[in-house]
Amino acid sequence: EALVINDPDFQHEDLNFLSRSQRYEQAIRKSALMVMKLREYGIADPEEIYWFKSFVHRGRPEPLDLHLGMFLPTLLTQATPEQQDRFFMPAWNLEIIGTYAQTEMGHGTHLRGLETTATYDPATQEFILNSPTVTSIKWWPGGLGKTSNHAIVLAQLYTQGQCKGLHAFIVPIRQLGTHEPLPGITVGDIGPKFGYDEMDNGYLKMDNFRIPRENMLMKYAQVEPDGTYVKPLSDKLTYGTMVFIRSLIVGDSAQSLSRACTIAIRYSAVRHQSELKPGEPEPQILDYQTQQYKLFPLLATAYAFHFVGAYIKDTYRRISGDINEGDLSELPELHALTAGLKAFASWTANAGIEECRMACGGHGYSRCSGIPDIYVTFTPSCTYEGENTVMMLQTARFLVKSYNQVSSGQRVTGMVSYLNDLSRQRIQPQHVAARPVTVRINDPLSLVEAYKARAARLVEAAAENLQAELNHRKSKEDAWNRTSVDLVRASEAHCHYVVVKLFAAKLPEVSNAAVRAVLTELCLLYALYGISKNTGDFLQAGILSDAQVTQVNQRVKELLAIIRPNAVALVDSFDFHDVHLGSVLGRYDGNVYENMFEWAKKSPLNKTQVHESFHKHLKPMQAKL
Amino acid sequence: SVNPDIASERQTPSFSVEKLTARLDGGVEQTRMRRAVVEAIESDPEFSRESQYFQSQNERYEAAVRKAVHLQKKMHEMGWTENGPEYKYIYRALSGDVAFLLHRIFVRSISMLGSDEQIAKWIPLASQYQLIGSYAQTELGHGTYLQGLETTAVFDSSTQEFILNTPKISAMKWWPGDMGRSATHTVAFAQLYIHGKCYGIHPFIVQIRSLQDHSLCPGITAGDIGPKMNFEHADNGYLMLQNVRIPRENMLSKFCEVQPDGTYVRRGSQKINYFTMTTVRISLLSDEVLAPLMKACTIAIRYSVVRRQSKLKPGEQEAKILDYQTQQEKLLPQLAAAYAFHFINDYLQELFNRAYREIQRKNFDTLPELHAFSSGFKALVTQHCTSGVEICLRACGGHGYSLLSGLPSLYTKILASCIYEGENTILLLQTARFLIKCFMAASAGQPVPPSVTYLAAVKPSKCPAKNKLDFLSPDIYTEAYQHSAVRLISSTAAKLQDLVQSGVKKYDAWNRCTVQLVQAAKAHCHYITVKNFAETVERLETKAGIQKIMKHLCDLFALHGIFSNAGVFLHDGYISGAQMDMVTASYLDLLAVIRKDAVPLVDAFDFTDKSLNSALGSYDGQVYQRLYEWAQKSPTNTQMNPAYERYLKPLLHNTLSKL
Repeated sequence: EALVINDPDFQHEDLNFLSRSQRYEQAIRKSALMVMKLREYGIADPEEIYWFKSFVHRGRPEPLDLHLGMFLPTLLTQATPEQQDRFFMPAWNLEIIGTYAQTEMGHGTHLRGLETTATYDPATQEFILNSPTVTSIKWWPGGLGKTSNHAIVLAQLYTQGQCKGLHAFIVPIRQLGTHEPLPGITVGDIGPKFGYDEMDNGYLKMDNFRIPRENMLMKYAQVEPDGTYVKPLSDKLTYGTMVFIRSLIVGDSAQSLSRACTIAIRYSAVRHQSELKPGEPEPQILDYQTQQYKLFPLLATAYAFHFVGAYIKDTYRRISGDINEGDLSELPELHALTAGLKAFASWTANAGIEECRMACGGHGYSRCSGIPDIYVTFTPSCTYEGENTVMMLQTARFLVKSYNQVSSGQRVTGMVSYLNDLSRQRIQPQHVAARPVTVRINDPLSLVEAYKARAARLVEAAAENLQAELNHRKSKEDAWNRTSVDLVRASEAHCHYVVVKLFAAKLPEVSNAAVRAVLTELCLLYALYGISKNTGDFLQAGILSDAQVTQVNQRVKELLAIIRPNAVALVDSFDFHDVHLGSVLGRYDGNVYENMFEWAKKSPLNKTQVHESFHKHLKPMQAKL
Repeated sequence: SVNPDIASERQTPSFSVEKLTARLDGGVEQTRMRRAVVEAIESDPEFSRESQYFQSQNERYEAAVRKAVHLQKKMHEMGWTENGPEYKYIYRALSGDVAFLLHRIFVRSISMLGSDEQIAKWIPLASQYQLIGSYAQTELGHGTYLQGLETTAVFDSSTQEFILNTPKISAMKWWPGDMGRSATHTVAFAQLYIHGKCYGIHPFIVQIRSLQDHSLCPGITAGDIGPKMNFEHADNGYLMLQNVRIPRENMLSKFCEVQPDGTYVRRGSQKINYFTMTTVRISLLSDEVLAPLMKACTIAIRYSVVRRQSKLKPGEQEAKILDYQTQQEKLLPQLAAAYAFHFINDYLQELFNRAYREIQRKNFDTLPELHAFSSGFKALVTQHCTSGVEICLRACGGHGYSLLSGLPSLYTKILASCIYEGENTILLLQTARFLIKCFMAASAGQPVPPSVTYLAAVKPSKCPAKNKLDFLSPDIYTEAYQHSAVRLISSTAAKLQDLVQSGVKKYDAWNRCTVQLVQAAKAHCHYITVKNFAETVERLETKAGIQKIMKHLCDLFALHGIFSNAGVFLHDGYISGAQMDMVTASYLDLLAVIRKDAVPLVDAFDFTDKSLNSALGSYDGQVYQRLYEWAQKSPTNTQMNPAYERYLKPLLHNTLSKL
């Protein structure tokens, strides 16, 4: 960290004052420097590279992300040894800069719908690539617009007159040397976005563009010179990468939310407003219950997601060890689980970041608060790597499948094992009312049970509604669609349960008693706040009584007061450097107002004392009227 | 040509789109006038917003000033005046993308707070644009809580001047629009001191820039506060005052005056002024809050019938994403909310107009109620609409993230409305204070204002619904809302009383109940919104299918609220678990019904393509072609790539091989 922060080469003007094209240029400059310095310092460990990179770019996207994160790894996993010889070293040395072109204008999460074609021509032993419609234009890939000279393109493979589905091809797009687009290639930047200013997300249109047969990535599927198609052995392996990337998004949800909480909580300790007690000085706004109610549950959520991210990463490591030994039995569950958790965490963090910004009032709206930037950078993660609603439905599919297994007398394992209990309950009529209410609201483990019961009940309800629709209608798809709101709710409840469970499970592992105590408070707050926001589910299922819900609401407010003295310390523990935080409101030293003034003076509108508009427009108008 | 996927949506609407548009505008004549104004503005290339998404902050500001200047000319040409009936449509047609909005507030504050002599002196200068005004209230350290402002104005009787100062950094004026670069004058609010005694906050006219060369006046430090999430076109500014002297006559003195010898005189009632402040909160709803939500719904719903994704049935074409229940569940409640808030806005305008007439007759009885209305609804509507726009944005997937979709700008603009004109949490607490007071009065058998008489009425404690169709009865759901509002208000009042009786200080008890109080105030406003929607539907004409479709939207709005706040309704068993399942079933059924009319319902908002300024939301549904064409206009494509020569080329060729 210090290596980067103290390096004069990595300094630059505040990004908020730069135009998009300037931000792109700065990012490219830093990426180029970064690659050179990494080699200079001999940093090769992926974890260290990751940290170095995140400090250079301060957690922001950069034009080489896709080259490093997708192009190189795809070559490693899907290219044959000969292809690796041809492409990998040039790409490693950045003579080839590549991107990964999958998403099209008309198609995103639903991959089978992609329209780009690659037709094999045995006469010349080439593939002919085409973008047959406007909707088939590749759209969004990072680094595609201006930076890359190659792309791995996903296209529908046609050989011997038949469509063989999606395959990956290495396509040169710009002339080495001049960087001009090649004939048959139309490539450019997709224009301004909400955030990601430094990234040249691009479009790519191909017209009868020919590439040699050897440019199809052929480690698994192959096309022989005569056009014969050889099928791949298994496609389960691709699950692995998806699980890995989704685990990163859960981690990123924790990071982004932690940053927003740091800014909002520090600022709330500096800002004084209004009167709490007559005659006394204005209090810190963090002393208001409404402000605590906005921020502390989010702080608890940030901690919760931190533990969940770590859990998925560990589980993935453990299972991918098994994959190499051929045991894939746990992969479907992990895949189903991470889809839902990715959606759950990114939705929650997305809303949480906005809540933090709102809690900073007007100044949160200024770019100097840094939160607008965190938000616009984070919010696309609700869409990319699998649109969240689609992800929730994937998890739901797994839950319903597990439920059906239990109904047919089989037992299920892992995070869904609570479904095993359902069949037993159903024997008793009116089981819900008959079950004694035993939730202890100060015991995290007891709250885990409450969340478990809620998940079980919502999975059951969704599965039953689905069955009812099936009984009414012919089509399975129709029934599924008509139940999908219920199914998403069931998935959310399941994910919520998993998060509470993992948080509670973490507590006994903490050896320091003071740390354990404060984490226990956060865990309780997370769980109880979740109940108070979803009381309907808990009441309707008879898990909690009216009186208990009132107690829960009361306990949440007590916890706010208990956490209040530690609030700043709890965000300090996230240990964000001021440079990384990029916020005037969230400065460690709390000198907010002086620095806002300093910051504003640098604004582009302040470059001249009298703005040119005065001479151009205002003065002539005053003269005329 | 129109995309067949969107054309098919318009073939069989269940109602007349044109008639609904007229209903929304308030009559056929209003629709005609609005369209004429919009046409006049949009056909003028000076007002084009085409390149907006590609412009820098400096360019946006310059364009806004240019447009504001051009608008003066245009109004003259067209014979429009600031008090004319066309005026409200101009702002809508410009989408607010114009400078000098604060100049109007400057003028209005002088008209309201100034003496007759002050009005005679300043208003002509301002209307002729011989000076440009701003309105400087908010400071770096203080916003909604006005008493906390720190700027000082000390009266110096020897020179008959006020000396204005910014005593410390947090007292700097911060945020006022038009002040960073444009304004020559401002109305600054400061603590008035006479002979060492503080008399509280008063307004002063201060010149900040030279009328000759626009340079800053002596003692003035002013500039732009830097980039924000939106409002790039507005030069929100800062202002620091160091011993700035202004004549005694520059204190706006309709209500209070400092006489030459320093005697402070108060005259007349400020109540009418106070009333005007509360109406501002309501007046912003239509253009600043409802229009963005309606636009966002238009964009997202039109795009959702063009976008196809995955197959719903094997062997068929990929389905329109609006055919997915989950997509309907995101968008259609927002559409229903847009209509619900349109009608509550009509109701509030009407209420305030009536009150204005009363107040002119010096009857101030309704003020507390109006204040509670304006605070609560400003908070409820801005919050609801802001989250609605964000839902629309995210419902458009990746393309929603492109600025060319128009959605990010709508979102970043509307969300400021949750803060300006009073931070929402504080406003809700003001409404709550009124509600608690009324509840206490009602319990003691005293009379209360008409909007809260329900607090005293005794109602059955169980919802009478027997099947899911019962929940399509407005009486059933309106009563459920009423019941939950009463419960939340009464239980919070009881809690407050308990705390106070157990020896907790009043202010402390209040702070400990604020989370609940906010909830109670929202429940009250939500109830009024549902009730008003249901009553409006009753009154609608039954012809042309309008009443029927509005009834569906009203049902959807009400049931969505119960569905998503189930706990509140289940809590004391007013709605049972089994009834909640009926609510859910009815709610989901409605989605499928309204789905059929979704596109006609957004068409009825009648936004032109130019005012939507969205590649995804145009009337013809040619989404992809437009996205592709617009992207090519981006400066990143029309200008050369400086990064290539400077950094990429060395990277690709030499530098690395040296390592």
